[in-house]
Amino acid sequence: MSLWEYANPRKFMALSGKLLPWTAVGAALLCCVGLIWGFFFTPDDFRMGSTVKIIYIHVPSAMMAINVWVMMLVTSLIWLIRRHHVSALAAKAAAPIGMVMTLVALATGAIWGNPMWGTYWAWDPRLTSFLILFLFYLGYMALWEAVEDKDTAADLTSVMCLVGSVFALLSRYATRFWNQGLHQGTSVPVATGERTVDDVFFIPLAISMVGFAVLFVALVLLRTRTEVRARRLAVLNARERMSA
Amino acid sequence: MIDLGKYAADVVLAYCISLGLILGLIGLSIYRAKRMKADLAAAEARIEARQNNGT
Repeated sequence: MSLWEYANPRKFMALSGKLLPWTAVGAALLCCVGLIWGFFFTPDDFRMGSTVKIIYIHVPSAMMAINVWVMMLVTSLIWLIRRHHVSALAAKAAAPIGMVMTLVALATGAIWGNPMWGTYWAWDPRLTSFLILFLFYLGYMALWEAVEDKDTAADLTSVMCLVGSVFALLSRYATRFWNQGLHQGTSVPVATGERTVDDVFFIPLAISMVGFAVLFVALVLLRTRTEVRARRLAVLNARERMSA
Repeated sequence: MIDLGKYAADVVLAYCISLGLILGLIGLSIYRAKRMKADLAAAEARIEARQNNGT
């Protein structure tokens, strides 16, 4: 059996219908455990005080803001190369999730920054690239709505996704490219494993990060199913109009 | 209730805004999914009824 078989809307609907309840329950459990543990049962940091509790939302949302765009990049490439409609619809379905995650990361970062840096905003490389990524999300969603022909919209948004990927990567690696920014480097480097966060903070943070990732999977399945149904409804309505 | 110290307002505000946005996204996604499912079912039923009447 090939993975491409799931590009068939009927097969996708059958599989996603089975996966959705499990991912939704998993996301609810993991997010609740991670956030409640982080908020209520972790100590204050000796420098940051209780603002350290913001990381249990800020870090997972920032991680997802970038990863959602990477997922959109992959599905956009699949659309451009293989013309599978489900992949284009999955990218469309993921964009509002990524936009909200980027907004959450920006808002929580600003709220944390005010007491810690003395300002809500600085034109720091990572903050600026995140703001541009947020604007790309808005532009991507607006482009889908602006073009009437859905295949043309999928083509144009896929190209826009390729361009925006530069800023998604800049957001991820900005603290390595430029050293003059306020934002610190990553505290949980996946590649080296040399994290600078103590277990008392890291364990609920890791649970929250996994929870946000599973929440994204649940939401993207739900929203892609909605997009597939919307496309089918549009086809039925068009057929009715032609036969009337 | 836990003591968040002098940063209590910042921490609570960050959580309220974040949870509001995320729960809003979840709520809108579920609402739109249900509405689209109902609209599609209604359209399919309408077409099936028309085909049955036509034969």
